[in-house]
Parts: sequence; C-alpha cells; structure tokens
Amino acid sequence: MDYAAHDASTFAPPAEVGEMELYHAKTFIGKYIWSQDAKVIAIQYAITAIGIGLVALVLSWMMRLQLGFPDTFNFIDPSNYLQSVTLHGMIMVIYLLTALFLGGFGNYLIPLMVGARDMVFPYVNMVSYWVYLAAVLLLVASFFVPGGPTGAGWTLYPPQAILQGTPGATWGIILMLVSLALFIIGFTMGGLNYVVTVLQARTRGMTLMRMPLTIWGIFMATVLALLAFPALFVSAIMMLFDLLLGTSFFMPALVSMGQQGEHTGGNPILFQHLFWFFGHPEVYIVALPAFGIVSDLLSVHARKNIFGYRMMVWAIVAIGGLSFVVWAHHMYVSGMNPYFGFFFATTTLIIAIPTALKVYNWVLTLWHGNIHLTVPMLFAIGFIFAFIHGGLTGLFLGNVTVSVPLSDTMFVVAHFHMVMAVAPIMVVFGAIYHWYPKITGRMLDDAMGKFHFWATFLGTYAIYLPMHYLGFLGVPRRYFAVGGTDFIPESAQSLNAGITIAALIVGAVQMVFLYNLVWSYFKGKPSGGNPWNATTLEWQTPDTPPTHGNFGPTLPVVYRWAYDYSVPGADQDFIPQNVPAGEVARSGSKS
Amino acid sequence: MTQATPTHTAASVPLVDGVQGIVADWSSDQRAFKNVPWGKAMMWIFLLSDTFIFSSFLISYMTVRMSAVEPWPNASEVFALTLFGKSIPLILIAIMTFVLISSSGTMAMAVKFGYEKNRKMTFILLLLTAALGATFVGMQAFEWTKLIHEGVRPWGNPMGAAQFGSAFFMITGFHGTHVSIGVIFLIIVAIKVYRGDLDNERPGFLTGRKGNYEMVETMGLYWHFVDLVWVFIFAVFYLW
Repeated sequence: MDYAAHDASTFAPPAEVGEMELYHAKTFIGKYIWSQDAKVIAIQYAITAIGIGLVALVLSWMMRLQLGFPDTFNFIDPSNYLQSVTLHGMIMVIYLLTALFLGGFGNYLIPLMVGARDMVFPYVNMVSYWVYLAAVLLLVASFFVPGGPTGAGWTLYPPQAILQGTPGATWGIILMLVSLALFIIGFTMGGLNYVVTVLQARTRGMTLMRMPLTIWGIFMATVLALLAFPALFVSAIMMLFDLLLGTSFFMPALVSMGQQGEHTGGNPILFQHLFWFFGHPEVYIVALPAFGIVSDLLSVHARKNIFGYRMMVWAIVAIGGLSFVVWAHHMYVSGMNPYFGFFFATTTLIIAIPTALKVYNWVLTLWHGNIHLTVPMLFAIGFIFAFIHGGLTGLFLGNVTVSVPLSDTMFVVAHFHMVMAVAPIMVVFGAIYHWYPKITGRMLDDAMGKFHFWATFLGTYAIYLPMHYLGFLGVPRRYFAVGGTDFIPESAQSLNAGITIAALIVGAVQMVFLYNLVWSYFKGKPSGGNPWNATTLEWQTPDTPPTHGNFGPTLPVVYRWAYDYSVPGADQDFIPQNVPAGEVARSGSKS
Repeated sequence: MTQATPTHTAASVPLVDGVQGIVADWSSDQRAFKNVPWGKAMMWIFLLSDTFIFSSFLISYMTVRMSAVEPWPNASEVFALTLFGKSIPLILIAIMTFVLISSSGTMAMAVKFGYEKNRKMTFILLLLTAALGATFVGMQAFEWTKLIHEGVRPWGNPMGAAQFGSAFFMITGFHGTHVSIGVIFLIIVAIKVYRGDLDNERPGFLTGRKGNYEMVETMGLYWHFVDLVWVFIFAVFYLW
C-alpha cells in the first residue's frame, strides 16, 4: 500500500487484523476480582499501590519524628528507625511508583489511548496483578516475622544486608528479596503486554508519531523496566544464595562480632554494579511516565499543542537509552576504579541535554497558552518547579569532585526526593485529578483539590529546601542520631524539627485527597464524557466510564495527532484525534 | 466484537524490502512489525529480557572468577569422565551440547511441518525435541551427582575457589530450569497438535485464546534461545 499517495488527515488504511477476542465475564467475581479487563486490573493495581504507599508514608513519619525530636519517642529504637528508612524507600520507589505508573496508568491508558479493546494478552495481564499482590503481601508479612523487616537501607548493600547485627537479617531480608523477585516476575508479565499492545495493537491511523506523549513515556519506561529488572532479579537470587546456601558471590571473608565468617573471596562491589544497573534506569522508569503524562496535562490545560512533539519523543527515547550507561555515578565513593568516575560523570552530564530540552519544551508550551489553572494544571506546574529544582542539584551530584564531599549527606536525600519523589508524585496527583472523571464519571472536588495542591506543593518545599542546607553542613543520611558532632552546629537540630513538622502536615493533607477520592465517587459533579475538552481517544468513548472493550461496536479511526488545540479557523478549540479533516466545523471560513 | 479473528494474519500487507521497509513499517499505523502475530512479538521481547538475566549471571560469574582469592579449578579436569580406561576431558559436556543442538534441529523441522499442517510429523518432532531436552536435563542431573560425590558444594569444593561450585550450580541450575520448563511446554504443545486443537481453533484451557500453528513457532523461539544460551555457558564456563 502506498501510504504517501494519500493525505494522512483524510485517509486511514484498512484494518490489517480482525477484532480482538475478548472474554466477557458474566459473574461479579469474573468482572471485578479475577478480571481480565485492563481497566479493572489498573484500578486493582492503583488501590494496592496506594495502600502500600500509605504504609510507607507512616514509615516516613517514624523516621522524621526521630530526626526532628531525638530522645523523645521511646517507640523508635535504632532498629525501627533503620527498618523505616529501608522500607519507606523500597515501597515508594518500587511498590508504589513503579506499580502505579506502569500497572495503574499503563493498564488504564494504553488500550484506551492507542485505540485497542484491551491489552493483547488479558489473561497474562490478570496474572501480573495477582503476582504483584503476592509480592506486596510478602513484603507486609516481613513486619510480622521475628526480627522484623530488613533495615539494610533500600540499596540492600552486602555485606551488611545479610550480616547479623543488621535489623531483620534473619527473616526480613529473605522476605524482601523473595518479594522483589516476585514483583519482577509479575511486572514482566504486565510489561510484555504494554510493549506489545503499543507496538502491535494500535487502531487504524494511529501511527507511533501520533501517539500521545503519555503513551510514549509509559512505553519507554516499560522497555527500560524489562531490561533493567533482570539485574535486580539476578542480584536478589545471588544474595539469597549467599544468605541461605553459604555461597560467597558478594560476601568477602570477614570477621563479624569477633567471629570469623563462613564466607570467603566474594565481591561486594559486584552487587553495587548490578543493583545500580537496575537502580539508575529505575529512576527513569518512574520519571518517563511522569514526563509523558505531564506533557499531556500541560497541553490540554493550556489549550495549546505541545511544543516540539517530535523532539519530546526523541528525548524520551534518548533518555531511556542513556539511562543504561550512567549507573556508576551512584558509586563514586564505593572504591571502584577512579577512571570510571570520569566516564560516568560525562555520560551523566550528557543526559542533562535531552532532559533540559524537555523542560524548555514544557515551558514553551505554557508560553502564550490559554492557561486554565485547573487542579491538574497546578500539579503539572508544580512538577516543573520540583523537577527543575531536583535536576539542578543533580548537576552537583553528577560531578565527581562536587559529589564526593556531598556523598551520604542529607543533600543527596533532598536531591532525589525533589527529582524522583516530589516531581513524579505531583504528576500522579495531576493525572488522578485529570482522569478521575473518565474512570468514575464524576469530577473530583475542586476546592479540596486546590487545598491539596497548595499544601502539598508548599509543604514539600518546606521539607526539602532546608534539607539541602543540612547536607551542606555535613549532616549524614541514615543516621539514627548525630550525637555530639563538632562540625554540625546546634541550630541544625531546629531545622530538623521544622522539617519534621512540615512532613507531618504534608502527610496529613494527603488524607484530604483520599477523602476527596471517596466523597467524589458518590457525590461528585457528573463529568460527562469529555470534561476537559481533550483530543485523545480515551475521551471519545461512547460510555463513561468505558465498558469492557472500550469503544462500543466500532473502533475509532485516527486522522490526526493528539495535540490539535486552538487550531486557527476551527470553531472549537480542540479537534479530537478521530475527526477527519472534512468534518471539522469551521463557521468563520476565513480561508 | 462478536467476530473473533485471531491476532495472526498471514501477509495481509505487501511489504517493502530493506531499510526503507523498516522505516515504512515503523511509521505506519496499527503494527510496527507487519504480519507478526502478538504471541511471537511477545516471545521475542521476553527473550530480550531473559537475555539480560543470563548476561547478568554470566558477567557476575566472570567478575567473581576474576576477583576470587583462591585458584580456579581447571574445568577440563573437573568435567572429565573416565571411559574405557581413559580420562577424556569434557566428554559429557560435549555429548550434552550435541544433544541440545540436535533438539534445535528437530524443533525447526516441527515448525516447518506445523505450517504445512502436517499433524503427525509435527507431533512426532515435538515429542522428539522434548525427549532430547529431557535427555539433556538427565545428563545434567548425572553431572551434578558426580560433582556432588566429588565434594563440590555451593559453598566450597576441594579443587579451589568456592565460587566455582556456587557459579556452576547457579548458572547450570537456572539454565536447566529453563530447559525443563521448555520440555513441559513442548509436551503441552505436542498434545494440542495431536488432539487437533490447532486445526480446530480450540480455546486454550486458561487463556481462552484459539489455538493456531503459530504457537509451534513461538515455542520454537523459546527453545532455540535456550540452546543459544547453552552455547554461551559452554564457552565461558567450560572452555575458559
């Protein structure tokens, strides 16, 4: 077929394959529990992820209470503190953000936005969720075993992770590693679905370069995850063997608590390389979906096409590729060959180019836009602030000479929270406010939403801005108590107390958000099918919420890209993707 | 939605050759890989992910071998068998490799007969492939037993660096698991072929998807991959 002979805006090639086979469940359990519908699976993923995320939020309070008010709370001992630090990090990064962005938003949005009836393998997709749930339950179980969960830090570095003396070295670490392995197996099932659906199951007219950036971000993040998680899987297996079979992959010969250990000749740095070969792409597994979603939020709510769509796509691809060659910038002080530092600092700074390009394009999208300060837009702008902020401190930490004195200080904590905690969570909130009407048919309450935004945005700044300063003072991260250290002034403690109060408030404000989710489900204003006047396919479904199969009897045909906002001459300020050129209402007829 | 067409359609789109064809396919709508069924695309991407798993295992093995503090046992002596009064290095491994590579040949023929809808030959060749795979696993069990009798354990061995046994059991164990899973699925696909499920488009037991002969090729992809991984394990573990 000679596609070039046709005007792409009026012609879509015929369907290459027939309709997808769908299994329509008849029972309640089949529809909502053992469901094969990607939208239901998405909600299952989201509820589980948010549930376990609340546990991690409470753990962060434990940590902050100790740091802000040492010697005050006798229910926090050094072990509890380390366990809170570890599980807070692990849950937030993997079990909340990864699962929510890919399992939650990926499942809901991919089939709807590319015009598919469901994921390509709904059964495998269903199993993916249940394996994920098993992984979460194993993680939760580690709170109830003798010794409690592991306190090794979320990076789980050996030798300390599996030595007696580290909290949870008997049972907690086993459950942690098994849970991670299960998570990866479950994710792989889902991830294969997302990738194949995007590549092979788009609707007629939906070319890759007409896909919304949301899908590009989720797609590329899934590719990264499929290639990065294997390294974590392998290191989890090897550490389990070191622990349970007495092998010495990571464990050198060492004397612990006056006893010669059973291990000999292992290589602890190998674990760090494997871990960060996963760990750095993981940052982008969380960031790329956020990049994609925020691009769409900005475009819809500024009523303007995204600036530089093609560049945005290629920047996502470039960042994804580069993220595999920067991992050892997490290891400048690990004792690896110093020449590696030179190489990895260079690649790290190169990644700033496509990233900065994206930031410029977001800002240029807002420029001269018809900005609606809706709640999703507020969160999207909040994201730009947090991300620029975290990105700039990344330049400090990417350079070896600046990074070494800042290693393991609160500056690092402040940096990665700005860039991969606050920034993505802003997008998560924005996305939930944006798509909640499609998922439930009702709007989230605006007043509660605005309060939620301002309290969260200002609150997180109150937490993390002073934390940079603490880092410059040399306050170390992960310490239960700093004690009488000469180089840290007394006043650092009052700053810590202030941060703790801000953290407690920000955490409490999230309850307003949860209340809003439940209240609006029953009492919210009915939204209609397309409350934001958006162009993408998920807003053009015949039913809201969409039924199983998404699009009614016939699949939509796509005639244009996802960003036809404020097109000159058109009556409406948006043209949905499935409207052919001839059917656009133009009463002005200026041309 | 009532009409159910499988997700595999034979050449419904005329294809362009070469680089221009790749560009045309990727810039077109619906599918980036024209005429590739979903199952096959998914298997390829899964295998890419699995490649990273085996690469991580092998690179880790190389790293611990290079940083081991004790001498590494000589693989050709450890894996020698005494046959007819002579010690022949690596003979068992050579036979295992031959068996596994041969099973790739029978698998390829099964795929060919599958597309010809020759049920009988497909069934026989799938079973033969499964039998060769099971033979491989059996010989691996023999090899493990022999080494365990000689005192090789995951945590140490009499010949040298402890990591030798650790890496050996971990890597061959993980590969053997892949082969065993492959054998199970080969038998399942063979039964489907024998019953005529693929001709009658009988829905799968769990997935409810209709059977078709492309399933045999997807199975074959996995099987060839497992063989290819063995070649790398053979090269870097036994020959190094």
